[in-house]
Amino acid sequence: MNDRLPADAAPVVNESGIPIQPLYTEADLKASGGTAMLGQPGEYPFTRGIHSLMYRKQPWTMRQYAGFGNAADTNARFQYLIANGQTGLNVAFDLPTQCGLDSDAPLADGEVGRVGMAIDTLRDFEIAFEGIDLDRITVSLTINGAAAILIAMYLAMAERRGFDVRTLRGTAQNDILKEFIGRGTWIFPVLPSLRLVGDTIEYCAAHAPKYSPVSVCGYHIRESGANPAQEMAYAFCIARAYADEVLRRGLPIDEFAGRLSFNFNIFGNLFEQVAKFRAGRALWAKIVHDQYGATKPGSMWMRMIAGGGGSGLTFEQPELNIVRGAYYALISALSGAQTMALCCYDEAYTIPSEHAQRISLRTMQLLIEEMGLCDTVDPLGGSYYVETLTNQMRAEMERIIADVDARGGIVGLVADGSVQAQVSAQAYARQRDIEAGRYRKVGVNCYRVDEEDPKVEFHPYDEADAAAQIARLAEVRRTRDNAAVARALDAVRHAAVAGANTMPAIVAAVKTYASVGEITAALTEVHGRYREPVKF
Amino acid sequence: MTDTARAGPIKVVLGKPGLDGHDQGAKVVARALMAAGMEVIYTGLRQTPEAIARIALEEDVDVIALSSMAGSHLNFCRKLKPLLDAAGLDDKLWLIGGNIPRQDHDALRALGFKGIFATGARLDDITAFIRENVVSGAGPSQAANCTPSGGSAAASAASVGVHK
Repeated sequence: MNDRLPADAAPVVNESGIPIQPLYTEADLKASGGTAMLGQPGEYPFTRGIHSLMYRKQPWTMRQYAGFGNAADTNARFQYLIANGQTGLNVAFDLPTQCGLDSDAPLADGEVGRVGMAIDTLRDFEIAFEGIDLDRITVSLTINGAAAILIAMYLAMAERRGFDVRTLRGTAQNDILKEFIGRGTWIFPVLPSLRLVGDTIEYCAAHAPKYSPVSVCGYHIRESGANPAQEMAYAFCIARAYADEVLRRGLPIDEFAGRLSFNFNIFGNLFEQVAKFRAGRALWAKIVHDQYGATKPGSMWMRMIAGGGGSGLTFEQPELNIVRGAYYALISALSGAQTMALCCYDEAYTIPSEHAQRISLRTMQLLIEEMGLCDTVDPLGGSYYVETLTNQMRAEMERIIADVDARGGIVGLVADGSVQAQVSAQAYARQRDIEAGRYRKVGVNCYRVDEEDPKVEFHPYDEADAAAQIARLAEVRRTRDNAAVARALDAVRHAAVAGANTMPAIVAAVKTYASVGEITAALTEVHGRYREPVKF
Repeated sequence: MTDTARAGPIKVVLGKPGLDGHDQGAKVVARALMAAGMEVIYTGLRQTPEAIARIALEEDVDVIALSSMAGSHLNFCRKLKPLLDAAGLDDKLWLIGGNIPRQDHDALRALGFKGIFATGARLDDITAFIRENVVSGAGPSQAANCTPSGGSAAASAASVGVHK
């Protein structure tokens, strides 16, 4: 106890702004609020986990992000990942698909199949999932602006394959508000976009009640410059905006809240992340219980996917990203994540190779098979440090949410560009901190080496693939019943004009092989297009 | 780069080409250029080659900078070059940053992109490069500002190329 830090030692403060002590004791835990919000796993407020047995009963779902080229290329990668033990799929779409454009649109030139799989019509989805048991392998669609259309295609494809849509599980990202903050695959203005999300939640609650139509993403808000407490607080504000949109339609909270899920980032201080997730679980449960009056435990669960990527990984010494990924997986497991989509070491360069994806998959399997991460629930629970920090992180998130509410709510702050300006200013400050060595990144601002060209296998982009995709779209357009397509697109327009739920019309349209671009255009005629506010 | 001296700050159009939605890096670079006293016209997302050439011409910029994280940079720059040439903007400083693999650098230089700032580039190196290579007499000014042109801008040292 006689050790003293030098008088001029810099204070340690975590990224969320919480001062970190050299030691935590029972007194610190009491001062932070004690164990009032701790509870037991599987019990409100779920700080220790949403299930009582967690990984002891079932390990997290392993769901690597994958997709490129056309549907056949992507199907082959899916089969490879499943053969290697992957238990879910996380689909990457190319940018034209994400922006609601067909592969033959002028703006799609050079981008077809580049950062993900190109999807134009239901025909492509039929090819992409051929031979995959959709009851055993749950599929997550990383799609936002065009989510209503792609969810409709997924459900239509599953139904035609003979799966029962009423028991079909799976997830769509479908978090448009965060697309306006970061990531940028918006299409329609803010309010019609919000209504479309409401359409999907309402439709799935009635027709595909096991399907998770929204995965609210703190991940990209953090990538855009938010700190960990802001990441989670903003995600909850956004989730509330979706809940409010659905409640406005008269659907009770317990009919849909249980199908909302979350996607969070994981880079940074290990203990801060673990505390963030534990705090977030309790806070979300409290919000859904206290503010919305939910009664079903499942409605209060903060189900989440985590796995890292983006800002955590480095271009420099890319093999270090394998090690970072291992720690991210460890953090996810210590935090009780339901699903991991573990990042790959070559992500800073290219679409991950098969080899890189297998390393990430094996990293998770190592934790399950060799490290004992599935044996015991919430293994860090009870640590004075982790419990104190969990209380403090929860208080900080509550403070941020109250501040958003006081400023009129998240929808307005996103629409006028305020959140974007705030996180972008923080990203700039962070970059300056990195360049000045104040925020340490190994290989970037310390422990640098003179690197030869890194040995990264670049994913090839084949222009012929894009041409083949465009040819397939032309073939579908030639062989489908174009009168039926025109009628179906009219019905989409009419539903949008009437302010009715557009999903039934969109589902009917995709079944006629109407394309992503055609359905988007029908909606754009009614809703117009988003115009980006740029604030600095 | 002309010999004609011009008053005022160095003027930069910072464009986000194509459908790539990753603008964190672009906005970070925009802030760095503004902090260095430059005037930045940030285009916002989803710009066509035609739009970037038009904004550059109308705004009479000294620097045309692109930020690309999604791999379609060569395709885009091949379409942009003839438009910039035709608009008489071939004497301006052309830059590109972002997720730009080393094997593409020669092709981009041959197209006329004098500065290539791939992931890992430092902000101060970008501003210094612009100062050294814009010889129009413009220099740092007190009147730094940023004008949105309706859409987003450059490259980050921290972003990556996978679109989750």
